[in-house]
Amino acid sequence: MLKVLKSGFFVTIQDLGRFGYRDIGVPISGAMDVDSVKKANLLLENNPGDAVMEITMTGPTLQFEDPTYICLTGAHISATLNKKPVENYQAIKVEKGDVLSYGRLTDGFRAYLAVKGGFTTDKVLGSRSQFIPVTAKKRLKDGDEVPYERTLSFKPILSEVKIDERYHTNGMEVFKGPEFSLLTDKQLKDIFTKTFTVSKENNRMAYQVAELLEGHSHSMLTSGTLPGTIQLTPAGRLIILMKDGQTTGGYPRVLQLSEASICTLAQKKSGDKLLFKLL
Amino acid sequence: MKSYPISIKPFGERAILIEWPNEVKETILADILNFMDAFKELKIPGWEMSVAYNSLTMVYNKDHLDFEETKSLLLDCYKNQSESNTKRTQHLWTLPVCYDLEFGMDIVEVAKTLNLSVEELIEQHTSHQYVVYGIGFLPGFMYLGGLPQSLEIPRRSEPRLQVAKGSVGLAGKQTGIYPQESPGGWNIIGNCPIPLFTPSLKDPCFVKVGDKIQFQKISKAEYELHKIEGEVGIYKPEKIELNA
Repeated sequence: MLKVLKSGFFVTIQDLGRFGYRDIGVPISGAMDVDSVKKANLLLENNPGDAVMEITMTGPTLQFEDPTYICLTGAHISATLNKKPVENYQAIKVEKGDVLSYGRLTDGFRAYLAVKGGFTTDKVLGSRSQFIPVTAKKRLKDGDEVPYERTLSFKPILSEVKIDERYHTNGMEVFKGPEFSLLTDKQLKDIFTKTFTVSKENNRMAYQVAELLEGHSHSMLTSGTLPGTIQLTPAGRLIILMKDGQTTGGYPRVLQLSEASICTLAQKKSGDKLLFKLL
Repeated sequence: MKSYPISIKPFGERAILIEWPNEVKETILADILNFMDAFKELKIPGWEMSVAYNSLTMVYNKDHLDFEETKSLLLDCYKNQSESNTKRTQHLWTLPVCYDLEFGMDIVEVAKTLNLSVEELIEQHTSHQYVVYGIGFLPGFMYLGGLPQSLEIPRRSEPRLQVAKGSVGLAGKQTGIYPQESPGGWNIIGNCPIPLFTPSLKDPCFVKVGDKIQFQKISKAEYELHKIEGEVGIYKPEKIELNA
């Protein structure tokens, strides 16, 4: 059991997502930066889909009630174990009573904490990813207890993985979206030459950018959307849907972010710069 | 069965979008559902499909998607589907709605704008059958088609920050039910006490795309009763098989 002494800004349990329910409007959910989760699970020799903790911007204070091994990946939030600094991308042994806490965000935006065997909260519709109204709670709160299996000994095959800090790039790889052809020459030029800024409106559902393109008056029938779908609103705003994003939408889907770039974007925060590159 | 010109487009790395003619039509929806059934018969694991009006989004949850290869498979599947594929059972669901002012806070205003009395508005809203053209936006939110023109009214100019769970609204050519509390810009004329999305159930959403919905006016007392029945899971909405 892991005890949440202090919960931080926005901490959730996530796995790779909830598949098979998009036809009734249930978003995929799951970790925003899947790449970092896979690395953490790889180091702990977990299954790729074992549930981890997703920590956004500021970290929680956590107490381990059972011995296990942990691995931190993703954003750097000055983590300490019993007040001693701990590095990302390593399997670290923890004992009963150890306290993991976080400090200042120095790099990226979303950090991951994996435990050996994964967190074993209840699955709802095949996934442990927290999402209202599928799961009862939206995020972890002070005093919550998160279950995991105790592990007394474990000899990792890999002591660390090659760190690909992909999120230092501003480049966002995109494919043409289904309504790409609606873009005017001016909009096309702007999208692929301007630098865009992540706006304050950024969360697990969607990221918006501050800069506007030329507006439009296209209306279309509501159709399917995916994580990474970039919609263009009539006012000219680009909205990039993320993991908790709605499964259908009525704005033209002009671009589609690559899966690798979804991971990169998940590590961007308000004010960070983006450049779109057509694949 | 009429065959339509369909377009098949890649949609990112692991999805394909198939589009039928850009119209809201029951015959098009039926063709999409037939195609889905035909594709399911091929029993290829890893695919998730969702319909919205004239399009089908197909997501492949396995590793690699070869677009060209899949496109020809889909085209073959579309060409070879036959009417005999129609095995799905479609239902007409009767959903209770309380049009009391307590729930339908915009009903007086809406009736006035539409030049109807509140009674006429309720009569018209409850006398039509609406086709479920898609489920999305929120878990269990149905895109309903078939609203009579006399009930078409623009969205509110300022959306509300909170619309109550179960709220029944009108907006443009659409009517629908908010399955959960949410911000929203629709004109609210009533409330449906029956939960439309129950994640604890194996089948969390009893309505399926292609089904039809008819609303039934209920009193405040019936509302309270159905609300409790809905919460404890003993309310069984009235249904009729359409293609029995």
